[in-house]
Amino acid sequence: MPNLKDLKNRIASVKSTRKITKAMQMVAAAKLRRAQDAAEAARPYTERFNAVMGGLTASAAASGQGPTLLTGTGSNQTQLLVVMTSERGLCGGFNSTIVRLVRARAQKLLAEGKTVKILTVGKKGREQLRRDYGSLMIEHVDMSEVKRLGYANARDIAQIILTRFDAGEFDVATIFYNTFQSVISQIPTAVQVIPAAFELEDGVEVSDFYEYEPSEEGILRELLPRGVATQIFAGLLENGASEQGARMSAMDNATRNAGEMIEKLTIQYNRSRQAVITNELIEIISGAEAL
Amino acid sequence: MADTMQFDLVSPERKLASFAASEVLIPGSEGDMTAMPDHMPVITTLRPGIVRAKGPDGDQEFVVSGGFAEVTATSLSVLAEQAMPRGDVTAEFMDALAAEFTVDQTTPEMLDTTAKSAADLAALRVELGV
Repeated sequence: MPNLKDLKNRIASVKSTRKITKAMQMVAAAKLRRAQDAAEAARPYTERFNAVMGGLTASAAASGQGPTLLTGTGSNQTQLLVVMTSERGLCGGFNSTIVRLVRARAQKLLAEGKTVKILTVGKKGREQLRRDYGSLMIEHVDMSEVKRLGYANARDIAQIILTRFDAGEFDVATIFYNTFQSVISQIPTAVQVIPAAFELEDGVEVSDFYEYEPSEEGILRELLPRGVATQIFAGLLENGASEQGARMSAMDNATRNAGEMIEKLTIQYNRSRQAVITNELIEIISGAEAL
Repeated sequence: MADTMQFDLVSPERKLASFAASEVLIPGSEGDMTAMPDHMPVITTLRPGIVRAKGPDGDQEFVVSGGFAEVTATSLSVLAEQAMPRGDVTAEFMDALAAEFTVDQTTPEMLDTTAKSAADLAALRVELGV
């Protein structure tokens, strides 16, 4: 049985832990709102962009030719997995769910005899993947210095990917991130960015309708690299909101657990305090009786 | 014939403008064009320049760079990678833009397009005086 002093210290320590997790939860809640606003603000751009690209790529695909960013290299032998995770921990299963999806994909591809290369964005994913797939990692993008996520960050990452694609280092690129659903649910998502796969909205026949300036191919050549950046930006924003959401619920749980722990320890503390008092009383009474 | 059309200017980070405009000047990569209601549907890429929109509250000007504009009879959407109201443009913003348009000499084609963009940007800086 731990003595009174030890129990008291334990209680004090759990109490300060609770204060920390509570504060982290509130900070995450504030950051989540900001991240959601940012994701909301980016939506009109992404939607219009994808709608126009959908029309353009559909007509280019119908003609069977176009830039390699759209049609692919004609092979899917070398696959690049772009793993986007957070820079910080203490956010529940946020990073693990992404990593699990990446692992499953990598195993499947390797079993099929494909070559897999991994590019990590955010430190946590790299740490988790390093042991098993350390030899497959080709580059890491550090986001720890980024205070406010901007489009420029997405463009830098896209630039790295495009440079490597132009150098013929891979055939297919897929990005992995968590889609924000709610505070308690984030869905790990894989999106193929090269060759580009834009979904055409139903009933929108863009290509016959518009005049293109410069040519249709000229526009495609200019916009496809931007499309990669746009998709990465959307992924980063979703990830940002998901991370804060996951952290918020993880910290909420931690705060509750700390509360329960404090209650249990307090009961134990009071019991042993009473036991000590009882003991002392018995000693005094039996001492008095002996006289 | 309607005398206004829906004008939207969005960048990846935010929506800068959304109002009914009677005419909008777009800096297209093949030359400037002014879109008015009932314009023929056009999609054009943008060069660094100024979008000038005649709206209900007078003229509004935005500095844009990269991206494209989509014109239909009833609406005009400008999707610019970088965009900022003209009044808010600072030398730092222009420096950041300039950093992207370094002249790329790897292929004659790249040299051509990047040199053109760099020249457009330089002309824009002179016009804005920053």
